[in-house]
Amino acid sequence: MNQVKLFLFACLLYVATPGAGRAEDRVRVFACEPEWAALAEEIGGDRVEVFAATTGQQDVHYIQARPSLIARYRQADLVICTGADLEAGWLPLLARQAGNRRVAQGQPGLLLAAEFVPMLEVPVSVDRAGGDIHPYGNPHIQLDPHNITHVAKALGTRLIEIDAAGRDHYEPRLRDFESRWQAAIVDWEARGAALSGTGIVVHHRSWVYLEQWLGLDELGSLEPKPGSDPSASYLAELLAGLEGEDLKLIIRSAYQSDRASNWLASRTGAPAVVVPQTVGAVSGADDLFSWFDTVLERLGATGP
Amino acid sequence: MRLLTVFWVIPLIVLLPTVGAAQGLFSGNEFNPSISLILDGQFSSYSNDPDDYAMSGFLLDDEAGLTSEGFSLDESELVVSGNADDWFYGYADVVFKDEEGETEVELEEAYFETLSLPGGFTLKGGKFLSAVGYNNRFHPHSWDFADEPLVYRAMFGKALTDKGAQLRWVAPLDLFVELGAEAMKGDSFPAAGGANDGVGAGTAFVKLGGDLNQSNSWKTGFSWYRYDVDGRDSPIEDGRMVFDGDGNNIYIGEFVWKWAPGGNLRQRNFKFQTEYFYRDESGRTEAETPTLTENGRYDLDQRGFYAQAVYQFRPRWRLGVRYDWLSADNTLAGITVPNPLDDDGRDPRRYTLMTDYSRSEFSRLRLQFARDESSSDADNQLILQYVLSIGAHGAHQF
Repeated sequence: MNQVKLFLFACLLYVATPGAGRAEDRVRVFACEPEWAALAEEIGGDRVEVFAATTGQQDVHYIQARPSLIARYRQADLVICTGADLEAGWLPLLARQAGNRRVAQGQPGLLLAAEFVPMLEVPVSVDRAGGDIHPYGNPHIQLDPHNITHVAKALGTRLIEIDAAGRDHYEPRLRDFESRWQAAIVDWEARGAALSGTGIVVHHRSWVYLEQWLGLDELGSLEPKPGSDPSASYLAELLAGLEGEDLKLIIRSAYQSDRASNWLASRTGAPAVVVPQTVGAVSGADDLFSWFDTVLERLGATGP
Repeated sequence: MRLLTVFWVIPLIVLLPTVGAAQGLFSGNEFNPSISLILDGQFSSYSNDPDDYAMSGFLLDDEAGLTSEGFSLDESELVVSGNADDWFYGYADVVFKDEEGETEVELEEAYFETLSLPGGFTLKGGKFLSAVGYNNRFHPHSWDFADEPLVYRAMFGKALTDKGAQLRWVAPLDLFVELGAEAMKGDSFPAAGGANDGVGAGTAFVKLGGDLNQSNSWKTGFSWYRYDVDGRDSPIEDGRMVFDGDGNNIYIGEFVWKWAPGGNLRQRNFKFQTEYFYRDESGRTEAETPTLTENGRYDLDQRGFYAQAVYQFRPRWRLGVRYDWLSADNTLAGITVPNPLDDDGRDPRRYTLMTDYSRSEFSRLRLQFARDESSSDADNQLILQYVLSIGAHGAHQF
């Protein structure tokens, strides 16, 4: 028993020591999704240490509050997540189990990206008979590069709020990122102009921001309802509905099963393509810039 | 820059109210508080009479045992939770049980939890499911099988819930290390009576966990439950037995391993879970039958474990197997009535097979078969169960 008490006492001393456990004095960022991790690295540089809670091979909706995530959340100075219910199954649990008041709701340490972008598809009513509907609107906001711009500004402001001594570090990095990003957008929009009106079928309805940005025409989705898996009878119905439509591409995220896409591709002749839904989802999409390059490339926009 | 401005301003004007309404999106529900209703019902068929259920070498809690035969509504739950303010989170779970034509209302949990203690501490107070063990934290509707592991039935009735306070702390390390302790009234089985000025039980626990790689995660823990027994009443043949004894212990070891290819749970995943319990309890006992009253001493030396594996082999479908085993080595002195703590030289066991189908995250249908050898009279148990959740999004607990 004495050993246990001693251990507890040692632990208490350890947490009571200011700056305990920090190898360096860097701002610890916990990012729910890889795109926000990449953005934090762009703006924070070597003043931040970034942990990405999920990868491009995972469905962000179906994450469990694993012990490893609680441990990282516990140490975070800044948490950046999409919000809008995307992480509803696990983010509230992490917050309650980690006991980290720096990133509690209402603190500057918690940044929810969806609060800084105009949301699409905000439902008038939420009925789960319609699938797993998100009451705040479609949360897959990252696929419009203009949204990344909004979040970058918000993130820059937050980093300065949390780490005031780093203002002279963050401000120029933010400005630099914004100008490079804006130039890239101009380039992507020029390349993407040819895609306007392209007919696509999506696996999950997670591409609406991309569709709005590039003017893609969503003809249907492989999931009968958001979050429910494609069934044979529904796919037959979808196929019948595509009669006479100009379907060019069938797109899905890296973590989604290829069965339904391939089935539809074999029936329609339109190619089934994996489009990276985030940084690191496919090889080559290693940072924010190459990610959108890859998105456009996979959609068939090779040049202006 | 002009292009950007134009692009921005138009949707901003159109969507301004939306952006405004989207503040504080964290809790996962547009309502404050978030409310959910769990509907849980089953049809059960047993080869033995469930009222005769017994476990060799174990005297069970009154409430412990099998769900009634045929159609039954085991537990319908109404859960309301939310943040009271920036300091406190509140949670209440009201359970409606329908038994023998009457609806019983029970407060399963009602507690507060702090949100902003410094240093990684969290304080919880009220009535809650203890953090000991692994399965104990989960409500029946989120179990992987229709009923509790036998060792939980034997040692906690079903699960350990009590009134009290819990303090826990997460270490600022990349390895998950959680330490915690609870002080409890001691109202629930196996403690009884709220002895010692209403603090008759307590726990201490340590939990560790982490990821081996992207596909494999684990969690383990050790828990200690210390309790006083003050007048615990157990029915025996033709009478009852009352137990008293201070400073008793239950020790629990838990281990959970989960696998999902690339950490993507959606298509396939696997979960292995096991817990080992050891109970050491002793004290005085009084046996009462219509003809005599006797006083004696008792000593319980009991252990048990279960191991279960659940495999989601394709989206929506899961298969599970479970093995339960217990063993008791009890002594009773000074009592001449037929010893209810005698295990007849038998270790209770149970073998369970389960399959379930989830239409969505919010519904589940389950078929379960068990061969239960808790006592000399082996029982074949078939359960068909549904679980629906309406309202707030459920939590993906590890």
